[in-house]
Amino acid sequence: MKIKAQFGMVMSLDKCIGCHTCSVTCNNTWTNRPGAEYMWWNNVETKPGIGYPKGWENQEKNNGGWTLKNGRLELKAGGRAKKLAQIFYNPDLNMIDDFYEPWTYDYETLIHSPEKKHQPVARPKSQLTGEYMELQWGPNWEDDLAGVHQTGKLDPNMRGLEEQVKLEYEEAFMMYLPRICEHCINPSCLSSCPSGAMYKRDEDGIVLVDQDACRSWRFCMSGCPYKKVYFNWQTKKAEKCTFCFPRIENGDPTICSETCVGRIRYIGIVLYDADRVEAAASVTNEQELYEAQLSLFLDPFDPEIIEQAKKDGIAEDWIEAAQQSPVYKMAVKQKIALPLHPEYRTLPMVWYVPPLSPIMNALEGQVDALDPKMMFPTIEQMRIPVQYLANLLSAGDEEVIKVVLKKMVIMRHVMRAKQLQKEYDSSLLHMTELSEEEIVDMYRLLAIGKYEDRYVIPKAHREQAGNMYFGQGIAGYDFMQNCHECMGGSGALEEEFEARWRKNYG
Amino acid sequence: MKPPKSPLLQKLSFFSKSVPLNNHSEYSLKDRRTEEVYRKRWQHDKVVRTTHGVNCTGSCSWKVHVKDGIITWETQQTDYPSTGPDMPEYEPRGCPRGATFSWYTYSPLRVRYPYVRKALLRLWREARKQTEDPVEAWDIIVNDAAKTKEYKAARGKGGFVRADRKEAMELIAAQLIHTIKNDGPDRIFGFSPIPAMSMVSHAAGARFLSLIGAPLLSFYDWYADLPASSPQIWGDQTDVPESSDWFNAGYLLIWGSNLPQTRTPDSHFMVEARYRGTKVSAVSPDYAEYVKFADDWLAVRPGMDGALAQAMTHVILKEFYVDQQVPYFIEYAKKFTDLPYFMMLEPAEANGFVTGKFLRASDLGMPLSNAEWKPVVFDENNQHFVVPNGSIGHRWEETGRWNLLDHDESQQLEGIEPVLSLLNREDEQVTLHLPYFSADREKIIRRNIPVKKIIVNGQEKYAATVFDVMMTNSGVNRGLPGEYPASYDDDIPYTPGWQEKITGVKKAQVIKVAREFAQNAADSNGRSMIIMGSGINHWYHSDTIYRSVLNMVLLTGCQGVNGGGWAHYVGQEKVRPLEGWQTVALSRDWGGPPRLQNGTSFFYFATEQWRHEEFSAEEMTSPVRNKPRYRHHADYNALAARLGWLPSYPQFDRNATKLYEESGAASKEEAINYIVDQLKSGNLSFAVENPGKKENFPKTLFVWRANLLGSSAKGHEYFLHHLLGTHGHTFSEYDDSLRTEAIHWEETTPSGKLDLLVNIDFRMNGTGLYSDIVLPAATWYEKHDISSTDMHPFIHPFNPAITPPWESKTDWDTFTELAEVFSTLAEKQFPEPVKDIVTTPLLHDSKEELAQPMGRVPDWKDGVTPPQPGVNLPQIHIVERDYQKIYKKMVSLGPTVKKTIGSKGLAWDAQEEYEKLQRLLGAVKWQEEAFAGCPSLEKGRSVAQAILTLSSTTNGSLAMKAWKVLEKKTKLSLQDLAEERAEEHLSFEEITAQPRKVITSPVYSGSETGNRRYSPFTTNVERKIPWRTLTGRQHFYLDHDIMLEFGEELPTFKSPLPSQVFYERDRQPEVDTKVITLNYLTPHYKWSYHSTYGDTLPMLTLFRGGPHVWLSPHDADEAEIEDNDWIEMYNRNGLVVARAVVSHRMPRGVVYMYHVQERHINVPGSPTTKDRGGTFNSPTKIHVKPTQMIGGYAQLSYGFNYYGPTGNQRDGYVHIRKLKEVKWLED
Repeated sequence: MKIKAQFGMVMSLDKCIGCHTCSVTCNNTWTNRPGAEYMWWNNVETKPGIGYPKGWENQEKNNGGWTLKNGRLELKAGGRAKKLAQIFYNPDLNMIDDFYEPWTYDYETLIHSPEKKHQPVARPKSQLTGEYMELQWGPNWEDDLAGVHQTGKLDPNMRGLEEQVKLEYEEAFMMYLPRICEHCINPSCLSSCPSGAMYKRDEDGIVLVDQDACRSWRFCMSGCPYKKVYFNWQTKKAEKCTFCFPRIENGDPTICSETCVGRIRYIGIVLYDADRVEAAASVTNEQELYEAQLSLFLDPFDPEIIEQAKKDGIAEDWIEAAQQSPVYKMAVKQKIALPLHPEYRTLPMVWYVPPLSPIMNALEGQVDALDPKMMFPTIEQMRIPVQYLANLLSAGDEEVIKVVLKKMVIMRHVMRAKQLQKEYDSSLLHMTELSEEEIVDMYRLLAIGKYEDRYVIPKAHREQAGNMYFGQGIAGYDFMQNCHECMGGSGALEEEFEARWRKNYG
Repeated sequence: MKPPKSPLLQKLSFFSKSVPLNNHSEYSLKDRRTEEVYRKRWQHDKVVRTTHGVNCTGSCSWKVHVKDGIITWETQQTDYPSTGPDMPEYEPRGCPRGATFSWYTYSPLRVRYPYVRKALLRLWREARKQTEDPVEAWDIIVNDAAKTKEYKAARGKGGFVRADRKEAMELIAAQLIHTIKNDGPDRIFGFSPIPAMSMVSHAAGARFLSLIGAPLLSFYDWYADLPASSPQIWGDQTDVPESSDWFNAGYLLIWGSNLPQTRTPDSHFMVEARYRGTKVSAVSPDYAEYVKFADDWLAVRPGMDGALAQAMTHVILKEFYVDQQVPYFIEYAKKFTDLPYFMMLEPAEANGFVTGKFLRASDLGMPLSNAEWKPVVFDENNQHFVVPNGSIGHRWEETGRWNLLDHDESQQLEGIEPVLSLLNREDEQVTLHLPYFSADREKIIRRNIPVKKIIVNGQEKYAATVFDVMMTNSGVNRGLPGEYPASYDDDIPYTPGWQEKITGVKKAQVIKVAREFAQNAADSNGRSMIIMGSGINHWYHSDTIYRSVLNMVLLTGCQGVNGGGWAHYVGQEKVRPLEGWQTVALSRDWGGPPRLQNGTSFFYFATEQWRHEEFSAEEMTSPVRNKPRYRHHADYNALAARLGWLPSYPQFDRNATKLYEESGAASKEEAINYIVDQLKSGNLSFAVENPGKKENFPKTLFVWRANLLGSSAKGHEYFLHHLLGTHGHTFSEYDDSLRTEAIHWEETTPSGKLDLLVNIDFRMNGTGLYSDIVLPAATWYEKHDISSTDMHPFIHPFNPAITPPWESKTDWDTFTELAEVFSTLAEKQFPEPVKDIVTTPLLHDSKEELAQPMGRVPDWKDGVTPPQPGVNLPQIHIVERDYQKIYKKMVSLGPTVKKTIGSKGLAWDAQEEYEKLQRLLGAVKWQEEAFAGCPSLEKGRSVAQAILTLSSTTNGSLAMKAWKVLEKKTKLSLQDLAEERAEEHLSFEEITAQPRKVITSPVYSGSETGNRRYSPFTTNVERKIPWRTLTGRQHFYLDHDIMLEFGEELPTFKSPLPSQVFYERDRQPEVDTKVITLNYLTPHYKWSYHSTYGDTLPMLTLFRGGPHVWLSPHDADEAEIEDNDWIEMYNRNGLVVARAVVSHRMPRGVVYMYHVQERHINVPGSPTTKDRGGTFNSPTKIHVKPTQMIGGYAQLSYGFNYYGPTGNQRDGYVHIRKLKEVKWLED
């Protein structure tokens, strides 16, 4: 056993209001610059729909993620040999139009227009070419089912539902899917990179692109089944969501999380057994991948695990954080959060609580039983087909979805009884294998969700990274940190300091 | 640990060199200096707490990050005071729109310098060459028809040139003085909405304009956000729960309010309440965002919500008042509603009666003061009519009976027990004739009602309780004869079966939701809540829709209960530090009164929309009454003006500053008599009686903190043509059979009424584009100000993160600068102070609400009734204006507040607080006696501090004083509500350090005491403070003559106005493509707040990059329109060019053009008009409602943004066709 700590995020789709604040704040902070205009490290999609980039879930076409070949895990796009052969032409690569051509407007004309016959207007023009353009697609073109009566049919999650779901007003359903990089335990982007420019941080599992090492091959883009690696056309380097590590290292949640007004996001760490990663990602049946990934996560309260974790270099406050982790609670304990497309075999670390939805047949008047005790619709009557959610979150296993939704409905039922000081049917609890106490825990995390409960983020032990006594004084001075030649330095200063340090304290 | 050898912070040992972990996952072998790239991006110089002064009532606290002196981005604050351990917190608050605000700071859309349109600037410079006197220079321009036409016709067509700030200010000041001298200050107008979003900036212009005597235009009613039902029922503008109180509800019915989209930072409380077992039901025509969260969806046909609510009312009355009696409901109805009060019935035709006036102490000959203002109930215990405490008659006398105790005045009884229903104890039954307004059946419903025989003034009369009238009207079968339904299925008003064909909602669903709603209220003592919004509030008949919906919360005892009641969220605002803001903004510290004009009436006349009326009043009035007094709706407005119901500025057809002199009066009284005589003789007219006459035009309009033309100008094309005199494309022609009686109809319709339009903004938008002068404003990240809302109980500061860039200035600095230039010019122009004759309407919360007893119409134009100011004529005041002192007054806090300050009919002193401000802010420098020791308001920050210090919600000492005053008035014990915070004085520094919660004060109706969540009317219910209504209770019944005339005495159902796409007389465009006709709706938009943010690149990128309309695939197919096609959409009022968004989320027959989509971004030309497509308001037009013009009668008395006709815009229809060819009209 080799224990590692890994950051994860849970997003409750049941709470998501589709507002896109996460996208805007992320964009403002990280990708609001030339070359990155089209990048939305965090984006939100309306489902059903084909999303951003168009049809990202269609791995038949995109060949992202992993596949099992003769029982062995292999990149779906092919191994090293194939990649080498196609290194100058990557057939799986998404084009800019799959994302969208970023545009702006000639706003200036509104103020500076000379006197004219007609009112001046700011027309859209391409940020790539500077030419006027007709807008045909954008990063959120399908918002709230816009045009989805057609594009929805191309949503891969609709498979098996073509007959059942009509994409008509009477049966309309929708949900939002906010997406960031999954910071997978088994990242296929990383394995796709011919230059070894991507890395997964040993201490916290955050997946990053080394900007110096990137050689612009863009195999990471096609290798990622979630299409969450982007190419900066100015710097010619790949870029992606960093899990806001400069904030995370200081114990602050990611920008997208802290600014989430739906309060749908939870951040915490899990401890997992790195030695069993490959086995977990290689189970034959796709529908077993969810449980396989769960089995990697270790019980942070188990004394043996704690012992081993310490041996593997995990600090005590990190173990404590793993115990308090909302991700651990929701994914492992309560089992209400599920991985996005586990069938990609990347062992993603952004998990989702599936959404409840209003009852399906409301419009036909087939309303629920009028018994006031049964206030809540049952799972089968939900507007979002269970099959749809299963295709998204459990490799098609409807049972997994039903169990989660049932837990949420019963939580509402029990809590309603409590708020009205009434009795509830305790046999309902047995259906979920949850105790009342666990229901209340679930409720408190989902409903009350105080800041410190949503985000349990251990700070980085930077003192282990180097000489902080020295670092204190030089922090921020580029000429001392990065540029060895400027100010007449040569790095000697630091070595000299270190030598002295060793002499005194060594 | 051994220190690393490699350079520090580049290669970290803990962040170690990676090695291949196993054969499928690889780690970098390189060092990790690359991480510095992102680490440095995150680093910043400072974080500044500020908020967004946008018209969204969000009032969110934000962290603005400054890096290298540049505003780089903003994220939400998360440090709100806690709601307690068992509730979700307010953090974070903010939305995607707000998160883009920093985009404006440096964007190409930013107004960086003052701009004047070339045509005007050239004329001005030429005129200034001819004369040294700027006022004379303006005269040269404005009295030359060719010149005015030239610069007015150029409006909106580019040609801005950068002007010198001084030059622009001089031009404005000269124009103002010219207007005051020639036409009077009441021809100058200011439009700036929603003070709560940035009180200091609002006060900047408001204070300046009030000081010169210029009217301010209301906005809440104009926006159609004002729910007229609120003053009608509660005598309150709008008072609603803070959003966290949703979490306390056991049942949430969300009705036409798209929470995730429009109340983004609040909606989590609704989402989270579901986990607590709160059931959520949604009423919406489309599969809207909030429907996603609902357990039930009632897909109602747009505008038919009133029918749905009437049916739910029917179910609740039947099941919870007849089939069973819920003690909690009954007790509530008796104590807190007008249901037990009696009304007289009046004979209609043979064997029939109609509802009449409330029965009052005066009718029964009780010798009481204000007896006409004291309605009665029948006491169960004593079997007598009694006069319960708390009526409006008690409010305006010193008997200490203005409270909701169960006391009677007539016999000094205590413990009275009002009878709710006369059923089975009636003297008789009579047939009641009730008006019905849908075309599906006969117009009069006849049903029997139990009544009591009484003697009124010696005559035998019948009287019934409001409760029995409600039961009768609702059609609840209690075994009485008449047209009562036998079951829910019967198609008889107002059963669930009846509503089905109107609303499209299955009756079983209606029954279920009504039943659940009421049962939950019974189970939880009133914790059922209805969140309601613009989806049902922007209709012509929104007040009747709302009253029907609100039946539900009143009948189930939910109002005034935490977690229950109405939760109306449409442009409602709560200036929590109310008295401080009012004092500064309306310059009350220097006396007054201010001229406050209701916006809808103003724009209705100023833009000549009144001439385009489509419907005669006869089509709207009650079938059980005589024919209406007027056919044309505008005539009702003229009536309202002359009876003092509504304000009316421009005031008279003569200069108000010359009238005093003209009168030759020796005293104020003489002058007033002169004016009354002049009005009576017809020598002097109200300006509203001839809006087409040049002398009656509004001449000047300031727009700041607002986007009038691009956003709120309903009837946009009428604005452009008639008000501005530029292009405007309507297709409508007058209906010659529908002309006014009380208003003169000029044969030539004016164009270009306005001489000067000044816009102050930080961005170029639809108002700036059409303004004569645009002044650059500081943004919300560049100034000091304060904001509050009713969504949460905190006060938020604005703080500058950077200094205002380029030549921008804060609104406060801009208006003080203008005041200074103005005052200097005035030295020559106004050597002496002038006497301004100011009329004001009969005001709510003043004794004037007792002006017109019994709710009759004492029209002095009948030649019999004498006109009397303050009774059936506006109040007339004489205000001395020293125009040289405007600047000094602007920047000094006047001494009046030492003696009196207050709100809502209550007043107290602020002596100590004034003295504190003298020390806190320092005194102004002038030695003149009038200004000696006045606290200085030279800086915007000082103004904020003054507002906080002078308000009872932010200064504990004033809260204590305010409660003490109310204690005296009510003889109740109330001060304890503020005691825990008596010592607190929220300062600007404190609220900058962390948001602070407001203090419980009588200026609002809810209690926050003990960290409780704010819910309206909890002090009324718990502490027995009366509502400010006729009975002092919540009203189902409204007995004013005009209400009866229009058949709206009870909540009823009225269909939306019929389609008015084109009439035969109109100039209908000829097209050769397929055309569809759809109901045109403009719900609030996801990617902007009104027009703000909708023009930012991030928001435009995140949806479809320009104007668009949503329609269903079926309708689109019919017109061969595909998703993202360009379309042309038009009706008689105007035309729009936009893209189509086709979605199965939309029902058939409806098109949504989200509010606000303007015409300056990505809008091509129209082949029909050969000009650029219009705004979302091009196809709209105002329709005014006479019942909303009533005044001088209890809660139906005027208040600014409190009552008045709304600028509704939902009842329209449009043609849509596909646009094959797109031209950009760059010429």
